[in-house]
Amino acid sequence: MSTVTLASRHRRSALRTLAFMSPWLIGFAVFFAYPLVSTVYFSFMHYDGFKPPTWSGGKNWAYVFEHYPLFWPALRNTLWLVLVMVTLRVVFGLGIGLLITKIKTGTGVFRTLFYLPYLAPPVAATMAFAFLLNPGTGPVNSILEKAGIPAPGWFNDPAWSKPALTLLALWGIGDLMVIFMAALLDVPAEQYEAAELDGASVWQRFRYVTLPNISPIVMFAVVTGVIQTMQYYTQPLIAGKVASGVIQGAGTQFEPGYPDKSTLTLPQLVYNLGFQRFDYGSACVVALVLFALSMGFTGLLMRRRGGLVQAGD
Amino acid sequence: MPEAVPSAARKAAFALTACAVLLAASACTGQPGSGATDDASKDTTINFWHAWSAPNEVKAVKSLVAGFEKAHPNIHVNVVGNMTDDKINQALRSGGDKAPDVISSFTTNNVGKFCSSGALVDLNPFFKKAGIDPEKTFPKPMNEYTQFDGNRCTVPLLGDAYGLYYNKTAFRKAGIARPPKTWSEFEADAKKLTIPQGDGYQQLGFMPDYHGWESTTEHYFAQFSPTYFDKDGKSDLAKDPAFQQGFALQKRLVDELGGFQKLERFRATLGDEWGPKHPFHTGQVAMQLDGEWRLGMAEQAKPAFGIGVAPLPVPDDQVNQYGKGYITGTIAGIAATSHKQNAAWEFVKYVSTDTDAVVGFANDIHNVPSTLAALKSPKLKYDPRFKTFLDIAANPYSATTPASVNGGQYLVTIQQFGYDYESGKVTDLKAGLRKTAAQIDTDIAQAK
Repeated sequence: MSTVTLASRHRRSALRTLAFMSPWLIGFAVFFAYPLVSTVYFSFMHYDGFKPPTWSGGKNWAYVFEHYPLFWPALRNTLWLVLVMVTLRVVFGLGIGLLITKIKTGTGVFRTLFYLPYLAPPVAATMAFAFLLNPGTGPVNSILEKAGIPAPGWFNDPAWSKPALTLLALWGIGDLMVIFMAALLDVPAEQYEAAELDGASVWQRFRYVTLPNISPIVMFAVVTGVIQTMQYYTQPLIAGKVASGVIQGAGTQFEPGYPDKSTLTLPQLVYNLGFQRFDYGSACVVALVLFALSMGFTGLLMRRRGGLVQAGD
Repeated sequence: MPEAVPSAARKAAFALTACAVLLAASACTGQPGSGATDDASKDTTINFWHAWSAPNEVKAVKSLVAGFEKAHPNIHVNVVGNMTDDKINQALRSGGDKAPDVISSFTTNNVGKFCSSGALVDLNPFFKKAGIDPEKTFPKPMNEYTQFDGNRCTVPLLGDAYGLYYNKTAFRKAGIARPPKTWSEFEADAKKLTIPQGDGYQQLGFMPDYHGWESTTEHYFAQFSPTYFDKDGKSDLAKDPAFQQGFALQKRLVDELGGFQKLERFRATLGDEWGPKHPFHTGQVAMQLDGEWRLGMAEQAKPAFGIGVAPLPVPDDQVNQYGKGYITGTIAGIAATSHKQNAAWEFVKYVSTDTDAVVGFANDIHNVPSTLAALKSPKLKYDPRFKTFLDIAANPYSATTPASVNGGQYLVTIQQFGYDYESGKVTDLKAGLRKTAAQIDTDIAQAK
């Protein structure tokens, strides 16, 4: 009798646990597991969104990797942005955070000034940058020319379009700056005092006091930065459209990745293939590549931790 | 930090979710084939989605719809404007009460996709039942670009014809007596009209770049009457010499007028295509390849010069075909998911074949009428210069671009090659054309 009671208690406990977990379980199943399984399924199907899907084997995979001329440039651009943009965002965000925590007066003004750009909607911010950096009429190039500095083509030059996007990302650094500031202010003051008494230089205080204390936050910034950059869509799309001159005009052909495919990213291909070319199968292949890359990068960072996160953090 | 991996997984899955959830949803609900079983004589309301957005255009659509509702008091039309093709595509997949029964799109390039996917119903049975012969109703190019593989899933709803706008004052100053009829004359005129200034131009004779808005490959190539596909449906890009001539002409223009980099730099300084600072309006470029709508827009900008209009030039050995041009236009069709297809057909029939309706709409929107009868209608009001575009639309040598199973993808691919060729990234034209043709064939095979 007591065994039955114990078993039923276990069952009730398990059910209660499941009930408490159910919001997450449902969310996981609906928004992660099902879409992921569907994406894998459709990557092997020929499907235009209208007619029922038909089995196509590895055709979509072969098409994307061997014959889709935009895939490799988009992959290269995405990796470039992950390496350069994420690194610079972390360095710049940390630098601004450090500067502002050291300022004695007017901290509030500077905090606001650096945070405000982050609030600008991405489309508006990108269009403003396209205007400022217009090679012919933009104020930035006018100033550079007056100073005798050769003015770049920015969003109209394949060599400069990604650096221009990086500048835009650095301008909207407010989110990272706030996170870094919070972490920097949390570093115990006595550790700095002790280091100073030991005669540590500014660099040594940063290297041996600040960095170990904020390393989990740096790790967080890198991981989320990589994931965000993998999903980078709006800014390169708008910049390419504005610079190529096809921002308006229904029926006007759009050249993705203007100029010369330099602003193409993988999420743009998912949209191009799925929603513009009605090739859902190939769109799912690109989406899976994106997923695998995100998981790969994140796994690698978490495993290696870049020497940033100490044991026990 | 331990949560970082599942968090990463969730975030990375976000991109997939958009794709896969929509896939699953459309797989469940987007199957066409409801058939036309409704009674068009009963009281009903249909949804009409269109892309027009300018105030005068919206007013014109209202007037067109009012005319229809007067003629068909039992059919009410719920109009939704300013729609893009992407939104229309989604609505065609999902169906439902709020989805469109009738759509119109500015992009004829999508006809092949609409027809081959079954997103829009074949209108051939409706035309047959109504005793209307589309071949005798619509101009030839418009008749061609509204169907694919015998499936007429769209009708023309006004058309666009492309011609040459020129600055009469600049012509007079350069000593040019009349608009050029051949590309050789055009090249000479473009050079005469170009006045350099510093690193740029005080006046550029013509902006030849493929990024120059309307100077796209298909707009140029129509003047060479090319064949895009052979009888087996394979790309003719590398075989038809018309393409080589077209590319060579454009590249010569780019090189002769200053080179790609210099032209691109100048282009970045120009006002936008749809605003008053368009470089033709401001006198920065003396000749402009454009559609019939440019005349009204240019006049509105009150330019300080007289505007001349003419057909685009033709190759020197085709002078007898001078007067032809590229034809495209707005299209309309009935959603396969619509349960009111007979009522929708009444609307489509009215807006696309009723001569007075077509003429009235053309007058209001300043587009080219899309039926042979409307083109000849005495009720058609127009500036004498607009007649040039009506003549181009009616010219038997005028051409359009054929529908393809993957829509206008082949045109995008050709245009992409154009960018590489004009910028000097590709120098071997013949080899480039062969590679591009192979890409077009591969893309079509993938879409089938």
